[in-house]
Amino acid sequence: MFGLRGSSRSRVALAGALGVGLVFSLAACGGDKDKDSGSTDTAAAAGIDCSQFSSFGDLKGKTVSIYTGIVTPEDTPHKKSYEPFEKCTGVTVKYEGDKSFETQVLVRAKAGNPPDVAFVPQPGLLQQLVATGKAVEAPKEVSDNVDKWWGKDWKAYGTVDGKFYAAPLGANVKSFVWYSPKEFADKGYTVPTTLDDLKALSDKIAATGAKPWCAGIGSGDATGWPATDWVEDFVLRTAGAETYDKWVKHEIPFNSPEITAAFDAVGGYLKNDKYVNGGLGDVKSVASTTFQDAGLQILEGNCSLHRQASFYAANFPKGTKIGKDGDIFAFYLPGKDASTKPVLGGGEFTLAFADRPEVKAFQYYLSTDTWANIKAKASTGWVSANKGLQVSNLSSEIDRLSAETLQDPNAQFRFDGSDMMPAAVGSNAFWKQATAWITGQDTTTTVNNIEAAWPKK
Amino acid sequence: MFQTASTTPEKLLQMLSALLLFAAVLGVVLFFASRVRGKRSDNWVGYLYLLPVVLLLAVGLVYPGLRTIYQSFFDASGKAFIGVDNYKTIFTDGDLLTVLGNTVVWVLIVPPLATGIGLIYAILVDKSRFESFAKALIFLPMAISMVAAGVIWKFMYEYRPDQATVKQIGLINQVIVWLGGKPVQLMITDTGKLNTLLLIVVFIWIQAGFAMTILSAAIKAIPDEIVEAARLDGVSPWTMFIRITLPSVRTTVVVVLTTLAIGTLKVFDVVRTMTGGNFKTSVIANEFYSQLIRASNQGLAAALAVVLFVLVIPIIVYNIRQVRQEA
Repeated sequence: MFGLRGSSRSRVALAGALGVGLVFSLAACGGDKDKDSGSTDTAAAAGIDCSQFSSFGDLKGKTVSIYTGIVTPEDTPHKKSYEPFEKCTGVTVKYEGDKSFETQVLVRAKAGNPPDVAFVPQPGLLQQLVATGKAVEAPKEVSDNVDKWWGKDWKAYGTVDGKFYAAPLGANVKSFVWYSPKEFADKGYTVPTTLDDLKALSDKIAATGAKPWCAGIGSGDATGWPATDWVEDFVLRTAGAETYDKWVKHEIPFNSPEITAAFDAVGGYLKNDKYVNGGLGDVKSVASTTFQDAGLQILEGNCSLHRQASFYAANFPKGTKIGKDGDIFAFYLPGKDASTKPVLGGGEFTLAFADRPEVKAFQYYLSTDTWANIKAKASTGWVSANKGLQVSNLSSEIDRLSAETLQDPNAQFRFDGSDMMPAAVGSNAFWKQATAWITGQDTTTTVNNIEAAWPKK
Repeated sequence: MFQTASTTPEKLLQMLSALLLFAAVLGVVLFFASRVRGKRSDNWVGYLYLLPVVLLLAVGLVYPGLRTIYQSFFDASGKAFIGVDNYKTIFTDGDLLTVLGNTVVWVLIVPPLATGIGLIYAILVDKSRFESFAKALIFLPMAISMVAAGVIWKFMYEYRPDQATVKQIGLINQVIVWLGGKPVQLMITDTGKLNTLLLIVVFIWIQAGFAMTILSAAIKAIPDEIVEAARLDGVSPWTMFIRITLPSVRTTVVVVLTTLAIGTLKVFDVVRTMTGGNFKTSVIANEFYSQLIRASNQGLAAALAVVLFVLVIPIIVYNIRQVRQEA
């Protein structure tokens, strides 16, 4: 065959056999690499109390791997905030950021190749991960920290079937309306403190012939989610937090009167030709405009109000002054009356898949107020619901507003509902139907369709 | 070795290991092949060489295929057996019927149109002075990824409202405005499946070059004697096309048509980038992805994959038979 004589064929075979040996020896080299760097005893340099980690034993030379959806540039302050821990304990933190984290982490957990620690952005995903049986309950030290620094609601999001797994990490506030303080001052508008005020303000602006709101729910294949945030915010305001909880858990159907009413209340804004869509077109343009683009119309003077989360601050072009006296700022989307303060938001949770001491120590570190303040100093556009977080450590005005909103004693925090519903509803039917609703579908059909998509038990 | 490599040296090492593993397997196969003696040795050596391929196909294609069919009879989490419920859903649910309908529209329009455009173009530029330049022009879109093409065409269709202060940034709507019309929200309008048709335009734009290249080669392969004989008989260009060119490239046309049909059935990137399957533009492949990744409905996703598979089979069979006849 191929003109090879017997002897040369055997030579090829020998080369092949040699190859096999090489592969295995190489594999043996590639398997474990003990990085012994960074394990210096200059603990004092870290500026934190290193003795708090002593109960976890000697961790020098150990490695903790993190897997997360937080990628450049937001990963830099994260990595920086681990340095004191690394210096104190001699543990190396291996950071792996991946944009497709949310799908890949499940694959990895199911395949038996999970990271030591994952930062999970949705309670729904957290439950799925726990259901794989690979996740590990949080150690007592972490649980105690969470009791101390976070509200009960936050602890509940990290709890599955009565067992506490994941401590909260970062947070964001979704109940914000972006506006131009300059424009408000020039035209004599005031920041509304009740829902009725908000409506009155919208009417006032609409009466001048301008479109008060600009909105966009486009987000590639996730199109529709900004509309679900609107609905969630209004369920919290028109039906109350208890009904919201029941709705999210499907204890009341999606097409119940309260939810339908909340949808219609949102429709009063988003499907109102007089209100939308400043600089972008008619009502339907809400569906085709990306949420990133929509709010920029405020800067153009084409609209005055844009409801979007705290993280929207990153969307404004460089040089835009964000603050109470700046070009742009946000106010809290008011409650029904000034005394109630429901806050819709999101956040990540630290879920561990290993119970080695160094992993526990790292989980513990992330759940302290010490870490929250170190992280706050290192970054912009980041807050935590940790009560030990000093608002003064936050560098941007919007972050401070977010932290104040989260720490407000009257605040009734609720996690983004679509993130907690089953994926078939929360990241499919709800998005799709809300998009269809904006482009003309009536409310009854919309809520009925979403209810029909709820997985049958 | 099979752990995720994160640093460059690790990745290189992994690649090197994979290459060596490949060499090792080859070496083992060659070694045994060299040992085979006797009357039927050639046959045995042949089978031995086939073995790795058959194994890889079994592990990488046959097993997952059967597994997908099996999974399509289970519920969203893949735990409870629910019979043919998933298939029932596909053929009764309103949204999914729209998806099937759209796929039909795609398959009916794209292959004939892309092949037709490719064929006419190939004939028109054949032996002209600027042939290679003209061919390069229509072939260029092939070099662009479908995602990139989707992004480009999204700008073509972009909509801005009819306001004095706002300028159109989409070419199509700008032309409409120049002609005195009002800008249209092209990607949202599903009247007469307008948005689906506009997506199809993008796909044809990409694929016509492929059809043109293959067909042009076939046209060039027509023996000169036949063409000359026809010329001497004084046939008109039309007769030449109908009587000589078309019959000579018939099998190639069929192959191009079927290849395009398979590609069209699997269309995903264009739809995903441009509308995300919203506004009634979704197709089977896109819906499969949405169900699996977004809705985490394993069963329904598997059933959609099976439907796609079943639809592709007859086309592949036809394609192979045509190629065999030609050979």
